[in-house]
Amino acid sequence: MTGAPATDAEVHLEGLGFGRGAHLLVQRALAALPPGGRLAVSGRDPTLPVHLPAWCRSRGHRVEWPDPADRSELVAVVVRGTADDDRWFGAERAGPALPSALSRRPPPRWGLGARGALLEAGGPEARFDLDERDLVWADVAPKLYAQAAARQWDPETAVPWDDAFALPADVEAAVVQVMTYLVENEQAALVVPARFVGRIHPHFREVMQLLAVQMADEARHMEVFSRRALLRGAALGTSSAGGRQSLFTLVAESDFALASFLLSVLGEGSFVDLLSFLEQHAPDPVTRRVCWLAMQDERRHVVFGMAHLEHQASVDPLLRDRLRAAIHRRHDALVDTAGLNADVFDALVVLAAGGWHPDDVSAGFEQVQRLHHVMDQGRQRRLVRLGFRPDEAAALSALHTRNFM
Amino acid sequence: MPAPAVLMGAVAYDPKVVTIWEGFRAWLRGRGLDFDFVLYSHYERQVEDLVAGRIDAAWNSPLAWLRAERLAAASGGTVSALTMRDTDRDLTSVVVVRADSPLRQVEDLSGSLVGVGSVDSPQATLIPLGHLAAAGVEVDVRRFDVGVGLHGDHIGGERDAARALMAKEVDAACMIDANHLAFVQEGTLPPEGTRIVAQTARYDHCNMTVRDPASAGVRLFGTLLRGMSYADPEVRPLLDLEGLTAWEDGRTTGYDALARAVDASGFYAADGRVTAADYRP
Repeated sequence: MTGAPATDAEVHLEGLGFGRGAHLLVQRALAALPPGGRLAVSGRDPTLPVHLPAWCRSRGHRVEWPDPADRSELVAVVVRGTADDDRWFGAERAGPALPSALSRRPPPRWGLGARGALLEAGGPEARFDLDERDLVWADVAPKLYAQAAARQWDPETAVPWDDAFALPADVEAAVVQVMTYLVENEQAALVVPARFVGRIHPHFREVMQLLAVQMADEARHMEVFSRRALLRGAALGTSSAGGRQSLFTLVAESDFALASFLLSVLGEGSFVDLLSFLEQHAPDPVTRRVCWLAMQDERRHVVFGMAHLEHQASVDPLLRDRLRAAIHRRHDALVDTAGLNADVFDALVVLAAGGWHPDDVSAGFEQVQRLHHVMDQGRQRRLVRLGFRPDEAAALSALHTRNFM
Repeated sequence: MPAPAVLMGAVAYDPKVVTIWEGFRAWLRGRGLDFDFVLYSHYERQVEDLVAGRIDAAWNSPLAWLRAERLAAASGGTVSALTMRDTDRDLTSVVVVRADSPLRQVEDLSGSLVGVGSVDSPQATLIPLGHLAAAGVEVDVRRFDVGVGLHGDHIGGERDAARALMAKEVDAACMIDANHLAFVQEGTLPPEGTRIVAQTARYDHCNMTVRDPASAGVRLFGTLLRGMSYADPEVRPLLDLEGLTAWEDGRTTGYDALARAVDASGFYAADGRVTAADYRP
């Protein structure tokens, strides 16, 4: 090339070389030009005449050399190629950045791309089988996630572990038994969302985030309940075969809506009542506090489960048939099992009784009966909100597992 | 009528070669070319098989191109460069010294110890040593033979020479311009740790070598390769792996410096025989 070339833009790199990021300045200047646009690149770094053309070659840009007699600091003229534009040909936005107007069914090709990002065409087709908005989404999810994230508590500092208290041995044993039961229920409550979170299309990421925090909630619950169980002794209580069978039917449910229904709406809903009962009758400050903390979290889980299913019920008139069938199926699977661990039932009575006088025991027994009633009423209310007739809600609630969760 | 067919040879200098050509094979077959490839462990057998008619095309290094030309001529035939990558055009090699070296210009290299790549590397051995010889500069050479037979496709020899330079085991090192940049960016060479004391004239690198006259399959192969678009998401990852943004027409005007170096070093005879003394691919 001879003579001063006509150029469309220029960039002066001064002493900056490609070993320290000169490509950023060249790239920035080229981005403002159309393909074929000419950029005069000047600079003083002695490696520029070697590195600039090598870099341009790899990016599909052409280089024109200045007149050897040119004594300016012009290194070369870069003619912008098309590769940068070609790479983004056919690119698409992966839906909206904010969770408004979400896709009814996001395509597999959006996969792990951030929602709202500009996706280069090509790449893997990621198969997330829970990809229908109506099956997964609830408008309250982003808000619930924000609340959940804000209300995470530290098991080390949120519980008065060092408070002085001493319980009679049989009362301590009742606490340990109840804590043992809570740990295994929380374990199931962690496993159930864990089985779904990896199947949800990341387009519905707030639901993934919410379930992830829900799992973190359950992890903390497992920690504080087992820590309370071992606070004064070294052994946990008993775990009944029937209790574990009941939890197993929960974990085995592979349908997201049905699992959410059985776990959150029926199970955790009843659990909120149980934790409230325990907070009320806790014989020590540590038990009281851990039950209160877990209850706050479980309430949130119930809210999401309800919102998600209410939305789904509004668009799918057949959902209620499936929910009804799920309750019957689980009931049939558990009909020959013992249900609630008798040791747990007795421990609840002991805690509510608060003493060993026959009148105390009778009152405790009455309290536990009332707890059953409260749980039943709560389940019926939630079933009615999902569109079941009151009489049917009562019948279905009666079929719920005797293991509470 | 059977579909036009091409059997191409490629040298397996890296596992990605399988990914690249399996991907291209699917793309080419989808466009009416019955394409397949065979992999070679070095270029010499690939070139011999091309000239002997056992394969229809050879994805050749520049050195392999020169040998194909010579072997074909010796048997009364000719070969052509069907296509080449946009990144195969107008490369240069450089000779670099440490920044604190007293060597300032090419003449200063006389009598110094120069690290080069493999015995058969056009860009890190043959062309830069030819450049120094043409400038009348006699040097001692320390060779870093990695991947002999791969004609320098394996970057290891060049990198070892660069490391030897920084370890003060050699006074200067030879490498292709893009690798000098890559070595600086990856940290093998410190950003201001080297100085370029010589740069060769521009030369060309690989090409898709075919026998003349081109068959219908080979002609279609060239047309399809040139039609590959960087905007096509199916081939773009393969083009990225192969290091190009477009296939260009083949040209053979950029191999003179290498041909002179081959003759001067006696690497190949005029009839294409391998005559380099210590070359055992």
